[in-house]
Amino acid sequence: MEPLQVMVLALLALGAPAVVLTHDPLRQAFVVGVYGLFLAALFFVLQAPDVALSEIVVATVALPIMILLALAKIREHEREDE
Amino acid sequence: MSRRARRMLFLAAIAVAGTVLIAGFTDLPGFGHYRGPYGKVLNDLAVPQRHGTDVVTAVNFDYRAFDTLGEEFILFAAVLGLAIVLRQRRGEHTRAPDERGDEHRFPGASSALGAVGLGLVGPTLLLGLYVVTHGQLTPGGGFQGGVVLAAALLIVFLAGEYLVMRVMAPHALVELGEAAGAASYALIGLGGLIFSGVFFHNFIALGTPGKLLSAGTIPLSNIGVGIEVAGAFILLWTEFLDQALVVRGT
Repeated sequence: MEPLQVMVLALLALGAPAVVLTHDPLRQAFVVGVYGLFLAALFFVLQAPDVALSEIVVATVALPIMILLALAKIREHEREDE
Repeated sequence: MSRRARRMLFLAAIAVAGTVLIAGFTDLPGFGHYRGPYGKVLNDLAVPQRHGTDVVTAVNFDYRAFDTLGEEFILFAAVLGLAIVLRQRRGEHTRAPDERGDEHRFPGASSALGAVGLGLVGPTLLLGLYVVTHGQLTPGGGFQGGVVLAAALLIVFLAGEYLVMRVMAPHALVELGEAAGAASYALIGLGGLIFSGVFFHNFIALGTPGKLLSAGTIPLSNIGVGIEVAGAFILLWTEFLDQALVVRGT
């Protein structure tokens, strides 16, 4: 195993608990995006650039935006209920 | 279920799952020791057979193109379902664009964010087009490029111009693009059936490996899928954005 691969795997081992332990969903949306970037870096150092590209677009564009929009809708409901 | 019972259930479940996982992992090939024959065979055959230098794209859009057709319609059906679930129901109304117009803007969009966003739209669009059209040569292709293209429009929204985003991508056009992109990929498969007798057979001249116009139907398929994916994601986001910004309950 190359040193770079070990480094990225270590980052992932730190990043996954960070996502789970972030309690505020708004912050979690950003943390999960950063975790997705680490995952893309892992695919890249394992010589799978196609998979890395897919991971980047899904984890940093598609997923956080959907979480943020869902949160915006939920908050608006909460405001109307008050 | 009490907190204690839940914890006991969790610990029991994780013990079983952990044992199975560890037992499974011990039988895996060592790191970097690939055992399957297909990867090596495809690595040797893809360039001479299909004239595409990105073997992954050659696999996705040629050797297993039929699987990709299924995947494509999974995305199509998912977005269709979302559009039906999030349609405007009785008792909901849209806010008129000029009424409380400020809320159509992204909250907190400063002029600096607007300037950076608008500066990024062009390069992002170009990157998306590049990734879609060069799928047969370098990593990337219709799916990744399609999402990048859709992201270019999302930047218009992030720059604080939701209404401009709606003008640049009218609903009818986006829906048409999504449907036409999905249909074009199926039609390319049908073309194989008509011209060579096999569904998804690569029926166009293969060209020189490494040139933009090479690998037969693969770049065409990528463009079709790119349009479909871009349309699907824009539709997805505008449905969500409408829900979050425009549609109001009674």
